[in-house]
Amino acid sequence: MDVKTETKTQVNTTQKLTMVQAVNDALKTMLESDKTTMLLGEDIGKNGGVFRATEGLQEQFGEDRVVDTPLSESGIVGTSVGLAVNGFKPVAEMQFMGFIYPAFDQLMTHVSRIRAKTMGHYSVPLVVRAPYGAGIRAPEIHSDSAEAIFTHMPGIKVVCPSTPYDAKGLLIASIEDPDPVIFMEPMRSYRAQREEVPEGKYTLEIGKGKRVQEGTDVTVIAWGAMLPVAQQAVKQAEQQGMSCEVLDLKTLYPLDRDLIAESVQKTGRAVIVHEAQSTGGLGQDIMSVIHDTSFLYLRAPIERVTGFDVPVPFFALEDHHLPTPKRVLASIEKAVHF
Amino acid sequence: MEKQFPIKKIIDDQGNLIDSQYEGEIDQELVQQLYYHMLRIRLFDRKAISLQRQGRIGTYPPFEGQEASQVGSVLALGNDDWVFPTYRDHGATLTFGADMMRTFLYWNGRSEGVIPPEGKNIFPAAVPIATQIPHAVGTAWAEKRKDTSNVAIAYFGDGATSEGDFHEGLNFASVFQTPTILFNQNNQYAISVPVEKQMHSETIAQKGLAYDIPSVRIDGNDCFAVYFETKKAVERARNGEGPTLIEAVTWRTGAHTTADDPTKYRPDGQGENVINPVERLEHYMKHHDFWDEAWVTKIENELTNEVEAAVEAMEQYPKPNPEDLFDHVFQNNPKQLEEQKHAYLEHLGRV
Ligand SMILES: Cc1ncc(C[n+]2csc(CCOP(=O)(O)OP(=O)(O)O)c2C)c(N)n1
Repeated sequence: MDVKTETKTQVNTTQKLTMVQAVNDALKTMLESDKTTMLLGEDIGKNGGVFRATEGLQEQFGEDRVVDTPLSESGIVGTSVGLAVNGFKPVAEMQFMGFIYPAFDQLMTHVSRIRAKTMGHYSVPLVVRAPYGAGIRAPEIHSDSAEAIFTHMPGIKVVCPSTPYDAKGLLIASIEDPDPVIFMEPMRSYRAQREEVPEGKYTLEIGKGKRVQEGTDVTVIAWGAMLPVAQQAVKQAEQQGMSCEVLDLKTLYPLDRDLIAESVQKTGRAVIVHEAQSTGGLGQDIMSVIHDTSFLYLRAPIERVTGFDVPVPFFALEDHHLPTPKRVLASIEKAVHF
Repeated sequence: MEKQFPIKKIIDDQGNLIDSQYEGEIDQELVQQLYYHMLRIRLFDRKAISLQRQGRIGTYPPFEGQEASQVGSVLALGNDDWVFPTYRDHGATLTFGADMMRTFLYWNGRSEGVIPPEGKNIFPAAVPIATQIPHAVGTAWAEKRKDTSNVAIAYFGDGATSEGDFHEGLNFASVFQTPTILFNQNNQYAISVPVEKQMHSETIAQKGLAYDIPSVRIDGNDCFAVYFETKKAVERARNGEGPTLIEAVTWRTGAHTTADDPTKYRPDGQGENVINPVERLEHYMKHHDFWDEAWVTKIENELTNEVEAAVEAMEQYPKPNPEDLFDHVFQNNPKQLEEQKHAYLEHLGRV
C-alpha cells in the first residue's frame, strides 16, 4: 500500500472485499458522509446495478439519492452536469463502457471544457463510472475498453483501479475531486480477488501509480484487468531469470510520469500492456513519456502488447484479441534479449 | 391519453373473437401460420435458455411472452422488406427467414451468426439501445428514393423510447415521410425499470403525436391484432403514406437475460394472470374449430427435430478462425493491420 499518498480518517478495521463490493462500500461511504452525493444510472436502484455495485444503496438512501434514470446515457450525463454546477456531486453509472457513446457529446463538448471556458466560474465535479473490458463472454459492445478516447479529452481525469483497496480509495478521491473523472472498473476483476479494505473513508491520490513489484531488467506497465495478465507473464519471466519491475498506473490521465521515468531509467526496458486497440492507444502516450524523460537510458525498443486495430470481436474470438500472458512474455523476452 | 389510445384487441384473453369485422378475414391458413411460427420460436427460445444453463452458449435474452408481437408483425411484411431487430427479436427474425443454426451461433459469440440468408434483408440485432431506429428510417428512405414499395420495420422496447435515437428516428421518418413501421414492444420493463418509471407519459403511442406520425396501441399478446394492425401500417407505407408507430403492449415472461434475476425488482405475482399468446391462440383455435390435434402433434415433432438439428449443426460448426479478427474490418486492409495480423499469426505458429 502506498502509505505516502494515502489519507485516512476514522479507519479502524478492515473487511475482506471484492472489487465490486469495494466500489459499493466507497459509494456508501460518500452517500453517508456527503449529503450532496447522488447516484444516477440505469437499473442501479431496486436492482442494485447489473453487477450489484449499488446493491442496497437505494434502500438505505432513498430514491432521490440513488436514482433509477430513464434509459438515456446522454440524459444521465447531461443532467449530471446540471446537477454538478448547482451544488450536487453526481456519480453516474454507465451500465457498460460500450454504452457510454451516446453521452460522448455531453462529455466532449461540455464536461471537458466548462471550467476552462468559464475561467473557473463553473465547474463539473462529476464522476462517471463505467465497467469496461473483455474476457467475460459478454454479448457484443459490452467489452470495449475506451480509455484513450477519454484521456484524449481535455479537462477530464481518467482513473482505473486494479484491486479492491485501490478501487475504494480512488473512487472516494474521484467523488471528492473538484473536476470530472471517468472511473473505469475492470469487470473481469470485479470478483476475481478479495482483499482487506479499510472501513470508513480513505482516499488515494489521483495521478499516482504504484510499483507493485521491484525488478531490474525490464519495466512492465499495465492497469485494470491487464495487471493480472502482466503479472502472470512476469512470473514466468522470472522463472527464466529475468528480473521484472511491474507498474500499475491506476490513473490514466494525468499519467504518473515520475514513476514511469524513474523505473525505466533503472531497467532501461519497457513493455506496455493494454487491451484497447493499438493505434491511438494509451501505450503511445506512455511511449512518449518514456521518450521525453528517459530516451538515453533505453537499452531496447519499447514493446507494446495491445488489442489489435479491430472492433472488439464477439466473444468466441475475444481471447485472441486480448493480450495473453504468453504474448506479454514474448515481448518481455524480446526486450530483455534485444 | 389512455382513452385516446385504447388498446385494440381482436380476440380476448380466453381466445373469443371480440371484433366481428375480422371474422371473415381469419382463415385456416392464417391461423395455422401464426400458431406454427409462435410454437417454433417458443421451442427455439426455451432451447436457448437451456443451452445457456448448460454453458453451451453465452448470455441469452429470452422473448417468451412476446411471441404474438414478433410473429404477428413480421408475417405482415413481404419478402423484400427490411427487418431491424434488437437482441430480443429472434422470434421475428426467425419467422422472417433467419437461419436457426446461425441464430444459435450468434449467442455463442460468433459473427457468422448475424449473416442473413441470401435475399433476406435482416440487419444484425442492435445491442446499443434504439440505435437501429434511425437505420430503419434511412433504409426505408432509400426504398422510397428508389421508387420501390418496400418498407422497413424497426423493433424496439419501451426503454428505447428514452434514447435520443428514438426521437431523432421518429422525426426523420416524419419529415421525410419514410415507409417505416416503428414497432414498439412494450413488455413493461427495461431490465428492472418498469415503464411507469421510464416515462411520465401514459402510453408510448402518444409519442407519435408530437411527430404527426399515425400511432396505434394494440394488445401485443393478441396475434390477430398485431397482424392486422401491422398490415395496415405496411399498406400505408407502401402507398406512400409514411411511417406508423405501433405500441404492442405485451409482457416479458422471463428474466431480462439469463444473467438477470427478476425477483429483485418485480412485485410477487406480477404478470401471473397474463395468458401466454400461444395458449391464447390455442383457446381461439379450440373455440372456433381450427384445432386439429393431429396437425399440432405433427408440427410439434417436426419443430422439435428442427431445433435439435440446428443445435447440433451449431455445435459442429467449424471452430472460430483468428484470421477473421482481421479479415473483415476493411474491404482492403491497410498495411499496418496486415502487419498486426501477420505478427499475431506468427505468434500462434500459424505462419
Ligand atoms: C445504449 C445502451 N445503454 C444501455 C444498455 C444496456 N441495456 C441492455 S438492454 C437494456 C434495457 C432495454 O429495455 P427495452 O428497450 O425496454 O427492451 P427490452 O430489453 O425490454 O426488450 C439496457 C439498459 C444498452 N444495451 N445500450
